[in-house]
Amino acid sequence: MKLYGKTWKFGNDVDTDAIIPARYLSTSDPAELAKHCMEDADPSFPQKVQPGDIIVAGKNFGCGSSREHAPIAIKAAGVGAVIAASFARIFYRNAINIGLPIFESPEAAEAIQEGDVVQLDPATGTVHNVSRGETYQATPFPEFMRKLMEAGGLMAYVAERVKKGGA
Amino acid sequence: MGMTITEKILADHAGLDGVEPGQLINARVDVVLGNDITAPLAFKEFEQLGLDRVFDRDKIVLVPDHFTPNKDIKSAEQARALKEYARRYQITNYFEVGRMGIEHCLLPEKGLVLPGDVVIGADSHTCTYGALGAFATGVGSTDMAAAMATGEVWFKVPETIKLVYHGKLPRWVSGKDLILHTIGLIGVDGARYMAMEFTGEAIDNLSMDGRFTMANMAIEAGGKNGIIAPDETTLQYVRERAGREYKVYQSDPDARYARVIEIDVSKLEPVVSFPHLPENTRFVSQAGHVDIHQVVIGSCTNGRMEDLRVAAEILKGKKVHPDVRAIIIPGTQAIYMQAIKEGLVEIFVEAGAAVSTPTCGPCLGGHMGILAKGERAVATTNRNFVGRMGHPESEVYLASPAVAAATAIAGRIAGPGEVL
Repeated sequence: MKLYGKTWKFGNDVDTDAIIPARYLSTSDPAELAKHCMEDADPSFPQKVQPGDIIVAGKNFGCGSSREHAPIAIKAAGVGAVIAASFARIFYRNAINIGLPIFESPEAAEAIQEGDVVQLDPATGTVHNVSRGETYQATPFPEFMRKLMEAGGLMAYVAERVKKGGA
Repeated sequence: MGMTITEKILADHAGLDGVEPGQLINARVDVVLGNDITAPLAFKEFEQLGLDRVFDRDKIVLVPDHFTPNKDIKSAEQARALKEYARRYQITNYFEVGRMGIEHCLLPEKGLVLPGDVVIGADSHTCTYGALGAFATGVGSTDMAAAMATGEVWFKVPETIKLVYHGKLPRWVSGKDLILHTIGLIGVDGARYMAMEFTGEAIDNLSMDGRFTMANMAIEAGGKNGIIAPDETTLQYVRERAGREYKVYQSDPDARYARVIEIDVSKLEPVVSFPHLPENTRFVSQAGHVDIHQVVIGSCTNGRMEDLRVAAEILKGKKVHPDVRAIIIPGTQAIYMQAIKEGLVEIFVEAGAAVSTPTCGPCLGGHMGILAKGERAVATTNRNFVGRMGHPESEVYLASPAVAAATAIAGRIAGPGEVL
């Protein structure tokens, strides 16, 4: 399934405290977390983000805390995917585990301007910039991670194993 | 071809003779850790599997430390949920307020993490245990849930950066200064996805407390894990605590490294990380005049005995500056008790500092010392991101306990030499 949306740009090293400040971590309710998504990076973001919008950021997106509340907040805010020049490792794992599509592409992160409309293909890692008529290629996922994503995230994958008696 | 200590631990836990960087493996875990923020979410996921028990109730550790003692009703609900899960699944190692500690101070102290272990924790500073020669790394709640069900976790074997610290540490330069200086050198993503192996004369001479501080902040350079091969210092610490077998690993002389960085520590001074990234380091002598409103000494980075002793040495007979709130947080109940016995708590209270029960509290802007708009803190914690300790327009400066204590007295960023 392809993703299609308008982009919002952020800088380098966007940390998980900026994505979801710890002062809101007294709940894990996705709808509550979504109300404060990216608040310390851009206070107006929770109001202006529309379902299907795409976040575009620089290097090391999601650095800092291991809080899964960060990708959950982004997903629950309706964001369709995150494109970044690179991802911090725990955020990368968490995004795959909960089924938030991510695209690692320094080229796309640099070329896309805020407001550009992009079309993304998670299966191939292709990022098509509709506004500019350009196409960028994201780093492909290893086969194991593709399997995880195809299963619907880590818990669905584990559930299959449990059912087979492999746990 | 030889292997690094990280590769050897991962290979053994994956049941393989050898592994290479980039290889995807399934590894057996020795310890799975969660706290009051991350573990309730993990158990919620776990329960969807319909299992009636966890893989091993002795290998899961639950510590309510982030928003405890409960800061408000919502936090109280989360802490209660954690406790109920602990009881439902008969988790052996659950630590209630009054018997607990900040998780990464507590687990080594209790002998729950040991050399050669593979440890995952739903907390990014789980990398602390690398100081014991374990492979330890932070994960999210879903990874924790999966590991509680299966006892396994998938990893991509990381490349390793070897850091060699030559020479002897000058007075007042600590493990905290070494790691801040290192992050300043390589940047907050300088070790992204990689293992950081800390070696050299300065590490050999570093105490366990100083080593925990260094491994703790590997994540602040983007590292997957920080690790220090066990030596006599490690084994002495572990022998009096271990309740089970453990295995000591060392890197082979011909192990492969992605990068080797050599640092002469004899030329270092105490380091301060300026807002809003840990990589924005300066020597304290280059800090300039920065007025400070709050000082926090504690956290999983610097809440151990050695940290409190250094702070007390500087604060003894002195007064906290009239414009400063100084908050000192011993990392565990045992550290708190020892600080009382050694007279450190008396020194702190007489100096005009507040001494708190163990909690992560202020480090992540939870409670026990939140900053107002425009306020600045020097903290011995690990992150100085925007809004980390409170208002998005407040500022956090990271430093060692020595610099924090000196700053508390001076009312501005200061090195120990300026107040003694």
